[in-house]
Amino acid sequence: MVVTAARTPLYEEHVRLGAQMTNFGGWVMPLQYSTIREEHRAVREAVGLFDLSHMGELRIGDETLVQRVVSRDVTRLRPGRIQYALLCNDAGGIIDDVLVYVMPDSSYLLVVNAGNQDGDFEWIKAQAQGDGAVSNVGRDWALVGVQGPRAVGLVQRLTRSELGDVKYYAFVEGAVANVPCVISRTGYTGEDGFELFCGNADSVRLWRALLEEGRSDGIRPAGLGARDTLRLEAGMRLYGNDMDADTNPLEAGLDWTLNLDKNFVGRDAIIQARQQALARQLVGFKMLDRSIPRHGYRVVSDGEEVGTVTSGNVSFTLGYNIGMAYVPPAMAQPGTRLGVDVRGTAAPAEVVPLPFYKRPHPK
Amino acid sequence: MAELIGLRFAQTHEWVKTEGETATVGITEYAQSQLGDVIYLELPAVGQQLDAGGRLGVIESVKAASDLYSPVGGEVTEANAELKDHPEYVNQDPYGKGWIIKLRAVKDNPKLLDQKAYDAFVEGQSH
Repeated sequence: MVVTAARTPLYEEHVRLGAQMTNFGGWVMPLQYSTIREEHRAVREAVGLFDLSHMGELRIGDETLVQRVVSRDVTRLRPGRIQYALLCNDAGGIIDDVLVYVMPDSSYLLVVNAGNQDGDFEWIKAQAQGDGAVSNVGRDWALVGVQGPRAVGLVQRLTRSELGDVKYYAFVEGAVANVPCVISRTGYTGEDGFELFCGNADSVRLWRALLEEGRSDGIRPAGLGARDTLRLEAGMRLYGNDMDADTNPLEAGLDWTLNLDKNFVGRDAIIQARQQALARQLVGFKMLDRSIPRHGYRVVSDGEEVGTVTSGNVSFTLGYNIGMAYVPPAMAQPGTRLGVDVRGTAAPAEVVPLPFYKRPHPK
Repeated sequence: MAELIGLRFAQTHEWVKTEGETATVGITEYAQSQLGDVIYLELPAVGQQLDAGGRLGVIESVKAASDLYSPVGGEVTEANAELKDHPEYVNQDPYGKGWIIKLRAVKDNPKLLDQKAYDAFVEGQSH
C-alpha cells in the first residue's frame, strides 16, 4: 500500500510562493516560505498567514455526546463561544486536545489535530454507540490563520462584521473578502488574530485577498516551522510531543481544562490520579548556555536521569533557548536548576514559568 | 559561480578550499537549504587534529541537529567566531562569510568530488 499525503486546497498557492513542503499528520504542508526566523518575526511584529486546512473538524449534534467525550462542561457555553478541551481515554490519558465551538444552531464543532482526525472520529462514534451522531467534515473545509498584532485590523478591512465584538475564544459567521467564513478569534501563536473556516472551493480566493490586502501590513505567509517556534514560546502544548495517550491532564498541567463535576470518559481515572502524588509534571525551562534542547533529550540532575524533554528550540523573540520537559514535582519549581543531556554533556538549564512569552497588552 | 572555483566537495555536503598547506571548510548551498535556519554550531577547539571524513562538530537548525564532517585531515587553526552571534551567515553566504573552520598541515582526501560531480550527486539524492 502506498500512503499518499493529502493536499490542502491551498497546495498550489504554496508551490507558487516557493514553499518548502513537508509531511505532517498525513498532509503535505508548507514548512517555510522564506526562513522560519523571518516568518516568526512577522507574526510577532506584523501579521502572518497560515494554511491550517490540515486540521480536522468533527460536527456533533447531540449535546449529551459532546459532554461525554470532552473534559469540560460545554453546557456552560453559549452559541458563538469556544473552549479548549481534551478527549481522554478510560485511563485518563489524553487522546487529543481540541477546540469546541457551539454553533448558532446549538450543534457542536470540534476542531481536532490533523493526525488524530480519523482516530477521534472513530472513537467518538464508538462512544455514541451508533453512526450518524458525529460527522467528519474536515475534508470539506479549509482553515486559514491570520495571526499577529496587525491581524485584527487587516481582517476588519475585509469584513462587515464588527470584529471588536468578537472576543478571544468567540466567533461569528460572516464574510471575509466576500467569502463566507466562520471568523474565530483563536490561534496557536500567542498573538491576537483569527482563524477563518471556509469552503475548500473559496479558500484560494480568501488566501489571495488576505495576502494582497495585507501587503501594507507587512504580511508574510508562514509555515509549520514558524508555527512550532511560535506555539512553544506561548507555552502551548503540541499533541504527540508534549502529551499523548500515556499522559494524564494533571501531569500536562491542563487541570484547568477539567470539569470533574460532570461525567466524561476518563474522569474517574483522573479523579483517582488526583488523589495520589503526581509522578511527573510538565515544566518550562530555559537553557543557561547556548545549546539547544530537543524532543526526547534526557533531563539529568546529579548525574541521574530525572525526566525527558518534550519540546525545545531557539526562542527567536527572547534570544535564548527554551523547552518543555517532564520532571518530578520536586523539581518543578521555577528557579530549579536542571541539566539537559545534549550529546553526552549536561547542559545547564533552569525551570521558568509558562508561558515563556506573553504578548504585550494593546495600549 | 565564480566563488566556487577551486572548491571540492564531500558527499556529506561540506566544501573545502585548499591553498597550499591551509584549508577552509564550510557547508554547501544544498546543505544549508536542507537544514534551514541555522541557530547554533558546536565547533572544535583550535589545535585539535581532525581526520579526513572525521567528525568536525555539530550544526543545529530550527529543524534538527546534524553532524559535520571534515573533508580533509589537519589541525584546526581557527573556527569562525562570527558564527557565534550570526549563525545565519551559514544560510546567507555558505561559501563566504559562512565558512566554518580553517585547518593547516592538510592531509588531502582523494575521495572528494569536484563541483560537477557533486552537483550530479546532489541531483541524484533529490530524486
